[in-house]
Parts: sequence; structure tokens; C-alpha cells
Amino acid sequence: MADASANPYVAVSGLRVSARRPDGSDFDIVSDIDFSLARGEVLALIGESGSGKTTIALAMLGHARNGAAITGGSIRVGDVDLASLGAADLRALRGNRICYVAQSAAAAFNPARTIMDQAIEAALVHGLMSRAEAEAKAVGLFGELGLPRPESIGRKYPHQFSGGQLQRLMAAMALMSDPDLIILDEPTTALDVTTQIGVLQAFRNVVRRRGTTAIYVSHDLAVVAQMADHILVLQQGHIVEAGRAARMIEAPEQDYTRTLMAAAHPAPSVPERGPAADVPLLEVRGVTAGYGRIDAAGHPAIPVLRDVSLSLQRGQTLGVIGESGSGKSTLARAISGLLPPARGQVLLDGAPLPPGLKGRTRDDFRRVQIVFQNADVALNPAQSVRQILKRPLAFYHGLRGAAADARIAELLDLIRLPATIGDRRCTELSGGQKQRVNLARALAANPDIILCDEVTSALDTVVGAAILDLLADLRRDLGIGMIFISHDISTVRAICDDILVLYHGHAVEQGPRDTFAEALHHPYTRLLVSSVPELRIGWLPDAGSAPPLPPVDESGNAADLCPFLARCDTRVAGLCDASFPPRHRLPTGNEILCHFADEKLLPFARGNMGAA
Amino acid sequence: MSVGRFLRSLRGLSLSGRIGLGLVLFWGVVALVGPMLAPHPVGAFVDRDVFGGYSSRFPLGSDYLGRDVLSRLLSGARYTVGLGASAAIAACMVGTGLALVAALGSRWTDELLSRFMDTLLSIPSKILALVLIAAFGSSLLLLMVIAAFTYVPGNYRIARALAVNLNQTDFVVAARARGERATHIALFEILPNMIHPLLADFGLRFVFIVLLLSALSFLGLGVQPPAADLGSLVRENISGIVEGAPAILMPALAIATLTVGVNLLIDALPRAGRR
Repeated sequence: MADASANPYVAVSGLRVSARRPDGSDFDIVSDIDFSLARGEVLALIGESGSGKTTIALAMLGHARNGAAITGGSIRVGDVDLASLGAADLRALRGNRICYVAQSAAAAFNPARTIMDQAIEAALVHGLMSRAEAEAKAVGLFGELGLPRPESIGRKYPHQFSGGQLQRLMAAMALMSDPDLIILDEPTTALDVTTQIGVLQAFRNVVRRRGTTAIYVSHDLAVVAQMADHILVLQQGHIVEAGRAARMIEAPEQDYTRTLMAAAHPAPSVPERGPAADVPLLEVRGVTAGYGRIDAAGHPAIPVLRDVSLSLQRGQTLGVIGESGSGKSTLARAISGLLPPARGQVLLDGAPLPPGLKGRTRDDFRRVQIVFQNADVALNPAQSVRQILKRPLAFYHGLRGAAADARIAELLDLIRLPATIGDRRCTELSGGQKQRVNLARALAANPDIILCDEVTSALDTVVGAAILDLLADLRRDLGIGMIFISHDISTVRAICDDILVLYHGHAVEQGPRDTFAEALHHPYTRLLVSSVPELRIGWLPDAGSAPPLPPVDESGNAADLCPFLARCDTRVAGLCDASFPPRHRLPTGNEILCHFADEKLLPFARGNMGAA
Repeated sequence: MSVGRFLRSLRGLSLSGRIGLGLVLFWGVVALVGPMLAPHPVGAFVDRDVFGGYSSRFPLGSDYLGRDVLSRLLSGARYTVGLGASAAIAACMVGTGLALVAALGSRWTDELLSRFMDTLLSIPSKILALVLIAAFGSSLLLLMVIAAFTYVPGNYRIARALAVNLNQTDFVVAARARGERATHIALFEILPNMIHPLLADFGLRFVFIVLLLSALSFLGLGVQPPAADLGSLVRENISGIVEGAPAILMPALAIATLTVGVNLLIDALPRAGRR
């Protein structure tokens, strides 16, 4: 970076990582990468998947993935040139002077060993300190990262922690040796927004306090704006733009940087709402669903969805948001019949659908299509794209031969993929292409309703934005009703007419999109909205200023109380911990599940309401 | 998989796959036309010497009774290849078919089938073979049925484990949400994705069946003399091992090349299929 001091702490120049094609020729994964970093600074690497961010991050460990090699340039960290080191020297450096925090903490921990054993392993292997010293240091780091009960936490096993806690534990592990450089590879990408904000704060505090030099890899500019001093934007292995974070956020110079910023906050693309029909296209009435034995009153042993109602008009989109475990996907499964509801009804054009798959006619199946979150596993790897699309055409419409081929060409055109892709297997496609095929399979049925389960979550923001555009077009052109399930409230606000907020299987708030820009909300909705990182330097300290809530007394029967009680900053003793909240209609028209319906719901503790 | 696609996948075979394919084709041809090429009748005592060495008259020497090893090998290959392959195919088809029924059927179907297979697993295969042969007399068909029957449970176990896992995948759930029937899901969604591990299993079963047949032949219950499969050629010439007689080396080499060839080919197939 131009403004780094004359003798930077980390200096990379002319870095090139190459791999070999099957035909023997070499190609560069990344090339001409130059940057430098002063001690105690954080550099963010930003780009879509395939832009080479992780390749650069791994190169900082002197490592290249299987089949690739560092073929040029120099990497200097402190006074060591990584390129000149052998395998043994690199091993002495890794996990000691340079540490790595991987994206999926859940997959990075060994489930058979305690947290403490794993946290201090690297320090012991490198002979940095005695076991007692290491344990004391680990306990200190657990506390600094805001983990509960730092003294006893080390005796637990990884499965006893949530995703956000595991991510903090990974960071504690990496900081054990006070490394010269720590590399954080998308550490919060897999987390819910409400969890992410806490983890970001913990990372930020610990990095600031210890003056750690860090490289932060992410695709999310808003997250990066909270962490980084410098930002490096990558595209297809080249640096597009680099500079200080504030300058990059406020005045990006390159078009590509601006595209990335625009994709982070999709522009609303909701067509005018048509007149509501008397009978909604889809209606869900008081659905309770879950797993396990169903008792006499119709409550499953493990309820996931409790008394949820919604309705959807033709050509409209209903957004369903909530964190993981809130029952979003279960709602889609209950509607599609994969999980028969224990109570309640699903009505299609006013006629009740059979609860399970059994008894539904082929036309019922055709009209309601479900698109799964993860296109990698939702498409049969043994089939070609053509075979995948052919099946619903033959199954629902009896199309075969030339007629089917013509329709497949149409569908591929509709999802904007070249016709030549038809003969490829889906394992040969990129993530965005797979998701399009996944969508095309649902469209092949000519459905009335598409249930989209987190269809953009696994994709980069830019690719995800393209899928969202496609969905909006399809809906406008084909008049398909859509239920759009997501954990990302900005996406939902951009493309949905109505929004349903789920918390622990309860519909805590539902109403039209426009009212979600106003101030009066269920406390959980407010928390969700305020947890979405804003593309603004200094958002994190502002957002995270709320003091932690005192824990609630859990002696009562929690099922009879407000589901959000433990995390609510609006709760009132004697009311909220005594009875189940009623359903209210707010003046804005939103229906909420809360004891309050007045200005008490206005944000006061958190100061800002995310109208942005 | 269409024929064109299959041929294309063969062209993409790795070196080891090509070697495997060559060996398998070689033994297939030997099994078909071997007896016609044999220079001597299979049971004729043509050499005065026993365990004779390599000579121009007997290229692969003579066996413990002075019979021509080359002729016996050429005639015996068809029993091993034919019986082994047909029994292995039968075992895999029955085992995999039942596994799919168990994985997709009700919980009770699964329980009944699985416990039945566990029961079969607990019966020693050779004792079962002895009892059945004692009851019905030895015939090629019975040998095939016994060999197949013995290896159904093992294949069932593996296929069921694969099918149960695949049954949970999103693409199968998507097919179910589409309203597909169980037969379509089994044959078009699940089966194609378990073919490669099943082929590897098939290779193993094939080798086991060759061994089982030779064990039965050793007891005099397998292929009846003077005909002999490759396994019994090894067994009957076992005493020649001290002098390193070709009579035992050659049939052993034949079994080795056949089984190695089958497994090399199978191991190479998935890679060719995925490209």
C-alpha cells in the first residue's frame, strides 16, 4: 500500500501462484500481487469466489493447494522470506508465527478431543510454553473473546458449542502464540447476522487490543468495512483496486468495486402489487409441524413450527426470514408435503391439499415446486443438465423427443445459460450455474408457486444478485407466486411484497414490506435489522453498544412464555415472564406476537433503526 | 449410459484401466474359445512324466497325473470366468435390488429384510454348500446358485448403507417433492449414484467366488473331474509347489491376472465416467 511505512511488516511483491491444466500447460491462479502492511494493521482481501483470495491467504502460509505452486514473487513476514524456506522451516512457522482461522470452524475442530487440548496443541507442539502456562493463556483469550465461563469451557467438546462460539474458539487458538500474522478466511460467512455481529466485535476488540497484524478474507464489503485498515479488491487473480478502507468505501475508483458495493445492497425490484384475489393462491392456516411422536392434542414431540399462518397471492413474493433453526426450511417442507403438518392446513386456490405426499395428485405436485438451498447436492450428479430438465417435462407434461428438446432450449434461455450446457453434468458447472439449473428444473413444471429455500445463500453477492434479478423477471413475466426463504433481511426487503419473521418456529411478525422501513417492530425484527452490517466505517462500535441482558430465570415452563423472552431488550418482569403473548395488529398493519403494541416497541436502547 | 458414451469413457481410461480391460478381454476370449484351442483332450494322460517342465510339446508343462496343463487351463477358464461372473452378477443384482427395497420401503420391510440377511450371514458358506450339494448333487447351476446365495448378504449390506445415505440427499428429496414413485427414485436417482462403489464390491465378490469354487472343487464337490476350474487346478497340483512346477504356477498366475484385471478395470471406470 502506498501509505505503508518505508519498512513494512508484511511485504508481498509480484506474487504468482500457478496450476497445471490436464493438457500440461500452466496457468496463473493469481499474478502480480503486491501489497504491504505495517505492524498492527488489518488488510482485507475482497472478491468473488474464484478471484484468488483464499489462494493468496494460503500463500501467506507458504502453502499452495494440491496441484498448484507458488511460482514467483516474494512474501516477507517480519524478517522472514517465506519463498526461501524449506518444508521444515515453514512447518515451524505455521501455527506459531503465522496462524490461520478457517471458514467453517465446525469442520475444523476434532470432535473427539476437548477444546482445551486443541487450543493449546500448537503452542505445545512448537514448544512455546508449558502446559500450565498455555492453559492459563487460553483461559485469558477465551475471556477476551467474550466466551461464557472461560475457566471451565476448555473441558467441553466441540459439539457443545454454537457456530459463533466455535469461530471465537478458533480465533483464540490462533492467537495462542501471539503470531506475527493471523489470517482470517471468511470467518463469519456461515453465521447468522445476529451471531455475526458478536463475533465481529470479539475479533475487532482482540485484534485492536493486541495490535495483531491480520489479513481478513471476505466477500462482504460491509463486514470488511468494520475490520480493515486497507482493502484489496481482487478479480480473477488480479488486483483491481487497493487503498485505505475509508477511501475505498467512500470513493471507489473502479467500476468493479462499485459493482461489488451495489450487489451487497440489492436495489428494490418489486413490481406494483396487483389487486388481491378473493381466494389467495396459497394459504397456510395454523400449521404446526415438527418431528417425533404426535400427541393427542396434535403437538409433535419436537415442534419446529408452531401455529404459523400466511397467505400468498398470484404473482407475489412472500419473504420468510429468521436465523438458523427458526423453522424456515420446515415451513417449505410442510407446504410441499415432505413433512406432513401435525396440525393446520395448506390450501391451494382455496382447496385443502392432503397433508403429506400421499394423496396429492400429479397436478398438485406440479403446481408447488421447491428449490433447495444447496444446488451442489440438489442436482443428481449422475445426470446431465438435459436429463435433469427432461424428467419434469416428461413427468408433468408428457413432453418427449423434439418437443422436450425445444422446451429445454427455452428453459436454458430463460435462465440465461447457453444451450451447449445441456450435455454437461452438473458437477462441471459453477455454483451460480448450478443454482440456475436448480431453478430451471422447478420452472420446467410450469408451477404456480415456487418455494425458494435460501437460494442465494451459498452464492457470492454478485452471482446472488444476478439470481435475484432472474427471479424478479420470472415472477413478472410468468406471474408465479413465490415464497422466498432467507436469513438476509436486505435481500428479502429488496424483492418481497410481504415479509414473515420466524423465531423459534413462531411467526413473531408479518406484514407488507413497506412497513418494514418504519420504526415500530417486534423486538426480534429490530434486532435482525440492526445486526445487518452497514457499509459504513464505524458501524460496528455504534451497533454493538447495547449492554448484555441479564439472564432470565428459566424455572418456569418456557413453552408457555414468549419465545423471545431470553433475548428481548423490551421485556417487562411480571408480564413477559408470566404469560404467552397475544397477537396484535400494529398501526402500520403488521401483525406481531408480543405483549406490547405501542411506542414501547420503538427502539431506544439501540439508538438506531436500520432504515438504511 | 448410451453405447457411444460408454465407448467414449473407455477411450478416456487410464493406463491401468487399459491393462485391466486387456486382461479381462483376454480371459473373456479364452473362456469362449479356449476349449477349441486346446491341443489335447482335457482328461487325457499324455505325458509319462508328472510335473513336467516347459517344453515344446507341453508349453506349460504337465500336471500331477501327466496331463497337459495348457489344455486344462484353456478348458478350465470358462468355469471360473463363467461361474464366477454369473454368480457375482446374480449376487449383486439380488443384493442391490433388495437393498433398494429396504431403503425405500417401510421401516418394517427394512427390519425384516435386514434381519433375514443377518441370519444368512451367520450361516457358514461352505457348510451350507456341503448340505445343499449333498441334497441335490453337484451341478454347475447349483454351484452358481450357492455362490450367489452366499454373497447376497454382503452386497446387500453395502448397497443398503449406500442407498440409505443417498435417500437423504436433496436431489432425492427433490424427486420425492416432485411426486416421483419409489421405483423411479430407486432406479434413476439412487442407483446411478451407487454404481461405482457397487462395481468395486462386485470385483471383491468375484474374487471371493473364485476362491469358494476352488475350495469346493478341492473337496470334490465343485466342478467334477476330469473338468476343472482354475481354482481346482491350483489345488490338485499343490504338491508341485516344492519343485516350482508350472502346473501350479500357471493356474495361479491365471487367477491372479484375471482378478487383478477385473479390479484394475473397475477402479479405472469411475474416473472415466466422471469426465
